[in-house]
Amino acid sequence: MIRVWLPAHLRTLARVDGEVQLEVDGPVTRASILDALEARYPMLRGTIRDQVTRERRPFLRFFACEEDLSHEPPDAPLPEEVVSGKEPFLILGAIAGG
Amino acid sequence: MSSVRVLVGTRKGAFILESDGKREKWDISGPHFAGWEMYHLKGSPADPNRIYASQCSGWHGQVVQRSNDGGKTWEPIGNKFVYEGVPGTHQWYDGTARPWEFKRVWHFEPSLTDPDKVYAGIEDAALFQSTDGGQSWQELPGLRGHGSGPKWQPGAGGMCLHTILLDPSDPGRMFIAISAAGAFRSDDSGKTWKPINKGLTSLHIPEPTAEVGHCVHRIAMHPSRPNVLFMQKHWDVMRSDDAGENWHEVSGNLPTDFGFVIDVHAHEPETIYVVPIKSDSEHFPPEGKLRVYRSRTGGNEWEALTNGLPQSDCYVNVLRDAMAIDSFDKCGVYFGTTGGQVYASADAGDHWNAIVRDLPAVLSVEVQTLP
Repeated sequence: MIRVWLPAHLRTLARVDGEVQLEVDGPVTRASILDALEARYPMLRGTIRDQVTRERRPFLRFFACEEDLSHEPPDAPLPEEVVSGKEPFLILGAIAGG
Repeated sequence: MSSVRVLVGTRKGAFILESDGKREKWDISGPHFAGWEMYHLKGSPADPNRIYASQCSGWHGQVVQRSNDGGKTWEPIGNKFVYEGVPGTHQWYDGTARPWEFKRVWHFEPSLTDPDKVYAGIEDAALFQSTDGGQSWQELPGLRGHGSGPKWQPGAGGMCLHTILLDPSDPGRMFIAISAAGAFRSDDSGKTWKPINKGLTSLHIPEPTAEVGHCVHRIAMHPSRPNVLFMQKHWDVMRSDDAGENWHEVSGNLPTDFGFVIDVHAHEPETIYVVPIKSDSEHFPPEGKLRVYRSRTGGNEWEALTNGLPQSDCYVNVLRDAMAIDSFDKCGVYFGTTGGQVYASADAGDHWNAIVRDLPAVLSVEVQTLP
């Protein structure tokens, strides 16, 4: 089971408390996690990555195991700790704006 | 007894203000979607409990919310706005070509007859429609594609399509306005468009009477007389008596002809309202006095409405979508400020009260008169 941590506004939008747990088919990558997340919570489409280009929205970052994975290719395998569920996959909003 | 529902979009959430026909005591709910920019909320004339809301943020982009119970509960609906075909380019502030890129929905205009049909005015300027209650959106590409699109430039707030007017007497006719391209009209349900800017003069653009390039801030119409349009332009208050074919200035004795909002009395088609704002970089009321100006003559002759409005040390702005008018016999006028006040008058502007004073900056105000 993959654990995903969403920014506060997206937890509200998706109406979830705390962590999201997802089943991911096939290799566990950023793209496959986001595909599974958006399939389960369609209201999140477009809020993490652009609906057309699939690019990460500029003010969001992806972290796991204390590493910034934001610039890794979307199909790159994620750390084994994420795959096993030991560590969450973190989606963080920038501390910016007003 | 009839009641009224005021839909307020702010920089940090939406608020719903409700009252009975007296419009003296108000129930306030919100913030809905706290922390998000709520550019606009508008109810369907065909089903007032159906409300569409534009929710966005710099972090998470555009979300569209819909309520089917008058704003008590909401559900996120389709938020995919994809330009038809190859988007092409418009002009950037420096005159260079820039690809069209979706940023946000500025305005929803629900159909007058079908709750599932709704138009969306977006930035970068384009017109979209949905016929399935907002689940999916399709561009009406004739607007951007009619020829002048590559010449459009953003105004200071972005290149937004902010006004959509539907002609109640002719289902095929609609008007839109874009900052800073100007006004456009379609007579075939949005398939084809023509610029309707003849008579506008904008001294700050290279060709002051150009076919496009004017910073139109808002257009208003009375439903009983859809060929008469009123416009608040970046500078100048304008009027057209022929569905936008020709415009003439009606700024008259206003203290400044700059402003954002303009609206028409519910029962008197020649009575119009503006809020003069000091241009160009200050964008607050002249002399620190918040005054609504009313003309009962369709322009040119204006009277200041000040009773209940702050007449000293007031430095707020009233943005283009932040005025609305109800349709009670004694027509109510509402507007919101960037200081977070929502003012209401239950007597067509003679007296004003603040319904709320300390909301986040108000982006939009709409009102529904309910049976």
